[in-house]
Amino acid sequence: MSGKPVLHYFNARRRMENVRWLLAAAGVEFEEKFIETSEDLEKLRQDGKLMFEQVPMVEIDGMTLVQTRAILNYIATKYDLYGKDVKERALIDVYTEGIADLSDLIMQLALCPPDEKEAKISLIKDRTKNRYLPAFEKVLKSHGQDYLVGNRLTRVDIHLLELLLRLEEIDSSLLAPFPLLKALKSRLSNLPNVKKFLQPGSQRKPPADEKTIEKAKKIFKMK
Amino acid sequence: MSGKPVLHYFNARGRMECIRWLLAAAGVEFEEKFIERPEDLEKLKKDGKLMFEQVPMVEIDGMTLVQTRAILNYIATKYDLYGKDVKERALIDMYAEGIADLSEMIIHLVVTPPDQKEAKIALIKDRTKNRYLPAFEKVLKSHGQNYLVGNRLTRVDIHLLELLLYVEEMDSSLLAPFPLLKALKSRLSNLPNVKKFLQPGSQRKPPTDEKTIEEARKVFKF
Repeated sequence: MSGKPVLHYFNARRRMENVRWLLAAAGVEFEEKFIETSEDLEKLRQDGKLMFEQVPMVEIDGMTLVQTRAILNYIATKYDLYGKDVKERALIDVYTEGIADLSDLIMQLALCPPDEKEAKISLIKDRTKNRYLPAFEKVLKSHGQDYLVGNRLTRVDIHLLELLLRLEEIDSSLLAPFPLLKALKSRLSNLPNVKKFLQPGSQRKPPADEKTIEKAKKIFKMK
Repeated sequence: MSGKPVLHYFNARGRMECIRWLLAAAGVEFEEKFIERPEDLEKLKKDGKLMFEQVPMVEIDGMTLVQTRAILNYIATKYDLYGKDVKERALIDMYAEGIADLSEMIIHLVVTPPDQKEAKIALIKDRTKNRYLPAFEKVLKSHGQNYLVGNRLTRVDIHLLELLLYVEEMDSSLLAPFPLLKALKSRLSNLPNVKKFLQPGSQRKPPTDEKTIEEARKVFKF
């Protein structure tokens, strides 16, 4: 065993991408085992590695962890990206969960029936412009610091960066009214570990295309 | 200010009930301010108390916290119900998130259109019997201890108890194949703080009926 965390998921972003981002930002090398067929998934289940029969699953420090939040919380704590005390952790959790809510909406796009897609994109843009980005711009304005919490890099800066990049893919004008968020995005993108992860050839995954979605549906036996 | 946490939500279980349970199990007295009309929610928004315009919201220790998990994590840490180290926390998180997934399906039932309800209930029962309850029975069997993690009470025992009670409300036969879970449910129900919370007259909320949903729809416009 190499000692590196091993990520089990299919070769796409979806629910594993936050984990890849956080490990990369923490400068932690990791391996990936891609689930390509439904037999791959069945094998993991039969080997008892998936507590709730689902992925993401990460093998790390002798544990077989499932559930994205459990995995992220562990990594964030281990690499000191979870704030310095319980009150900073509370702020990080509040902000992280807000980011997760918007990210979930975006994730739903991939499996959305074509006739519902336009309404969904509208909703995402509306929430982005009127609820989520204003909330985070306000946080940065309130303390004028370079990071969201505690004046140093924590997990939530990385989660937010990932979200901002994803929003830009949907509509690059969404960030325009938010100067502090744009500046944060720039600053974070230039951190060495992040810069490296943003280069081609890293383990960062591209947006899911039709082909990837069809393949995933087969693996998970979805219609 | 009394110093007690203040819970802002409507007078129903919804996404606040797990917080009520955790505070109660920790023996923490709390106040509740119920959102009864659209104006109540609007006022909270205008006062800038809802970071993402949503409830649950809890005022605690000088903070105005939103997002159920943030609130639960804070309470669990403060009252030492979150395990003794990072590895216990990882187990607690993993189990708690599994419980949350099944709970989410149950919460959604109340807003499921009538023509889809039967299929939804069937799915919930299937997942309960074949995925979630077996997973937790296996945990208890693996260590033979009285609690899920670390041989003492943690938040996840309370989350699981709450879930088991909802499962029982839905169909009392669902627990039958799981003797260790049934024993855990009994043991936990007899802990003093829990026993008190289970009595009539506590701040525990009843199952959500049609009337409550209609009122909530007016306030939250869904």
